[in-house]
Amino acid sequence: MHEFAIASSVLDAVRTEAQLRPGMRVSKIGVRLGDLAGLDPDALSFCFEALTKETDLESVVLEIERKPLRQRCSRCANEFVVVNYETSCPECGEVLTVFLGGDELELAYLELEDV
Amino acid sequence: MTQIPLERKVLNENDRIAGELRARFAHHGILCLNLVSSPGAGKTSLLERTLEAFAPTQRVAVLTGDIQTDNDAVRLARFGFPARQITTGGTCHLDARMIEKAIADWNLADLNVLLIENVGNLVCPSSYDLGEAAKIVVLSVTEGEDKPLKYPAMFFRSELLILNKIDLLPYVPFSMAKARENAQKVHPGMEIIEVSCLTGEGLPKWQGWIDNKIASSIKALAAT
Repeated sequence: MHEFAIASSVLDAVRTEAQLRPGMRVSKIGVRLGDLAGLDPDALSFCFEALTKETDLESVVLEIERKPLRQRCSRCANEFVVVNYETSCPECGEVLTVFLGGDELELAYLELEDV
Repeated sequence: MTQIPLERKVLNENDRIAGELRARFAHHGILCLNLVSSPGAGKTSLLERTLEAFAPTQRVAVLTGDIQTDNDAVRLARFGFPARQITTGGTCHLDARMIEKAIADWNLADLNVLLIENVGNLVCPSSYDLGEAAKIVVLSVTEGEDKPLKYPAMFFRSELLILNKIDLLPYVPFSMAKARENAQKVHPGMEIIEVSCLTGEGLPKWQGWIDNKIASSIKALAAT
């Protein structure tokens, strides 16, 4: 349960960026969250709302884009989305597959409006 | 409305400090290992047996994280190596800044191994890079063999899985084959060592794994 710490880091980024742009108001922050990031998106949203409530950032919307776990087969080079942590290649059955993505915990974008 | 791309990691501040720590460890040829597990899987026992086996000439130090108490540091200090407690006061994981602070007055030139025992938690510590060479996840046979599937991030990010308390296998319904299969599912190619900190079974293999890692750290230092 470190969603509070993560939500605080997201908010720190919002504040830093907002300070760089006087005369603008942050309306949305986009976060990319991989299935393997070890974070629950609902808990992250809940913490973000709790931290922004009754502050100047109350109206900022947190948009979470989920990224699935993706692997590449070491035998047939097939790239696939992993379902239920079944990392074997669905094409050829090879067990040894290589991680491609799905552990993202990234700030993707910021939306600003003129005040 | 203006949209600006940010394209950076949420934990970039932690990652920056972890990167600095990693560079400092590399500069001194220090092998840093980050031990993670659920509470009670046997991280401290494993460290006790590990420290016991190190020659007194080895220059080892231990950092141990807990939410409260310094019990683990007291347990680990008995072996004559520096051991320091990091009390997080509620935080469920260690982060890079805590490590930076904890080693601030240590002379890194005096060390070649730094063992970090993280807070007992299979979720949060997976997100925080501490500058370690490898994360090692400890799973005991009294836990379910489906732990790798329940906590995939931790097993995915750990290089080595230590299956601990194998002396209890006759008494618990734990399938070693299933546990291994589940670990390989979330982390294809993951290294696995079975140990018992009580009987000592498997510990030489673990010690061998560390010795190989120490040798690579020293080799990497020599190459620079």
